[in-house]
Amino acid sequence: MAAPTPEITAKKAPAEIDRGTAVIELRGVRKAFGDLQVLKGVDLDVFKGENVVVLGRSGSGKSVLIKIIAGLLRPDQGSVRVLGSEIDSLGPRELRALRSKIGFSFQSSALYDSMNVRANLEFPLVRNKRELTRKEIDEAVVQVLDDVGLSQSLNQMPSELSGGQKKRIGIARTLILHPEIMLYDEPTAGLDPVTSVEINDLIREVQQRYNTSAVIITHDLTCARSTGDRVIMLSEGCFLRQGSFDEVFESADPRIQHFYTYNFITKA
Amino acid sequence: MWKNNHKTDWHQIRPYKVMKAFFLRMYDIYQFFLRFFKEAFIPPYEYKEVMNQFFEVGIRSLSIITLTGFITGLVFTKQSRSSLAEFGATSWLPSLMAIAIVRALAPLVTALIVAGKVGSNIGAELGSMKVTEQIEAMEVSSTNPFKFLVVSRILATTCIVPVLATYMGLVGMLGAFVNVYNNEQTSFTSFFQAAFVRISFVDIGVLVFKSAVYGFTIGFAGCFNGFYAENGTVGVGRAANTSVVVSMFLIFVEEMLIVTLVNNYLK
Repeated sequence: MAAPTPEITAKKAPAEIDRGTAVIELRGVRKAFGDLQVLKGVDLDVFKGENVVVLGRSGSGKSVLIKIIAGLLRPDQGSVRVLGSEIDSLGPRELRALRSKIGFSFQSSALYDSMNVRANLEFPLVRNKRELTRKEIDEAVVQVLDDVGLSQSLNQMPSELSGGQKKRIGIARTLILHPEIMLYDEPTAGLDPVTSVEINDLIREVQQRYNTSAVIITHDLTCARSTGDRVIMLSEGCFLRQGSFDEVFESADPRIQHFYTYNFITKA
Repeated sequence: MWKNNHKTDWHQIRPYKVMKAFFLRMYDIYQFFLRFFKEAFIPPYEYKEVMNQFFEVGIRSLSIITLTGFITGLVFTKQSRSSLAEFGATSWLPSLMAIAIVRALAPLVTALIVAGKVGSNIGAELGSMKVTEQIEAMEVSSTNPFKFLVVSRILATTCIVPVLATYMGLVGMLGAFVNVYNNEQTSFTSFFQAAFVRISFVDIGVLVFKSAVYGFTIGFAGCFNGFYAENGTVGVGRAANTSVVVSMFLIFVEEMLIVTLVNNYLK
């Protein structure tokens, strides 16, 4: 008997997008490293409750874009407003306060090697919500682990986890502060197709359950189709096209078609 | 008439690049130094992590410090004995050993061992955290990684190296006593009475002071190289290696400066 076919696309969330409220606003953002111009004047609005996928080849500037949004890199030119605050004008304390409302899921998961899962999850909580009691911290940890479906991993070390589990714990660590914005850097990179679908589902669940807006950086078209309310194609530091997944890939632009073809996906 | 149509591009000349890189590095070190003092005194404080690092630096180095301290005292006494015996002055061994151990051997040997054991560990740990984005992960979870990782480690090495050096001094003296006892059957009390006749509070104070300076150097070199590590696993290895080499070199330079200052102004 043939094995059951895994669900290819994640369940589409009935996300309520508030198109009147932009949580992230980028205007004319430029960034260069030495002579290499990575971003060449990027404009972007992400609305409340919206998942925006930025697609592009490796080296197209996707990761630089979300690091600029998180305030980890400063743009050479242009303005970045996140939740109404101009990132460039914030001092270290204000920036840290803003970051507690932003969750960042790293490509490598970036779990702290020297700490077990519990300590990894507690780390941002005990430093940002010092008023919490031990019991409240424990409850928050259990709750967030339950939300990502890994309640049995509480006392494991990161080295004992699989790639998919690390991604989930990385996402859980950001969710524990109940962020308003989630930034995902290549959430499915290095994962097998089934685990990728599970992570895509999780991204949608997070959007629904935590009412977050998100920027998802990926070169995985399945991830883009399943998690994005809007898809933007980034190439050579510029946005080529944006819209729904199908709208973007209806384009005759050879750079977009080339990207699509090499992802081995056939249009539905 | 000869005319130079080729404008010299100074930016492409190697010595220019090297000098520029050197001064940029110096500026980074200066900024890192200032930031340490700023972050160390501004709350919130990472008490738990500081205590954790005290344990890491102190308790984990204790066994190797005990062993090397004892052997240093024993061997140094053994080597000095023949020279003193030529003049019939072996009775000076306890005070000679006390001077050698308190003024030079204890702080220096302790610092070199801690540089090798702890300095490399700090460089490698922070370096691997840097290249695997763990430091950035701390930053985006609105934690100050400098305070958590750097301040706690530099404070720990600065405070614990003087304690370890004092401890090594005592263990070294014990090693010296074993050798003296085996040859002259001097009692424990007589040995230590003779040993500390020529040791003053200034000597003890200088031991603590210079050990603290060495400790700061070890922590600073490890944290700086780890915090700015790049180029993946190669960078981690380089950070660990540079931490040890730089801190050992600086320890000898500092030893020379402190000894010169003490001899000129405190003796």
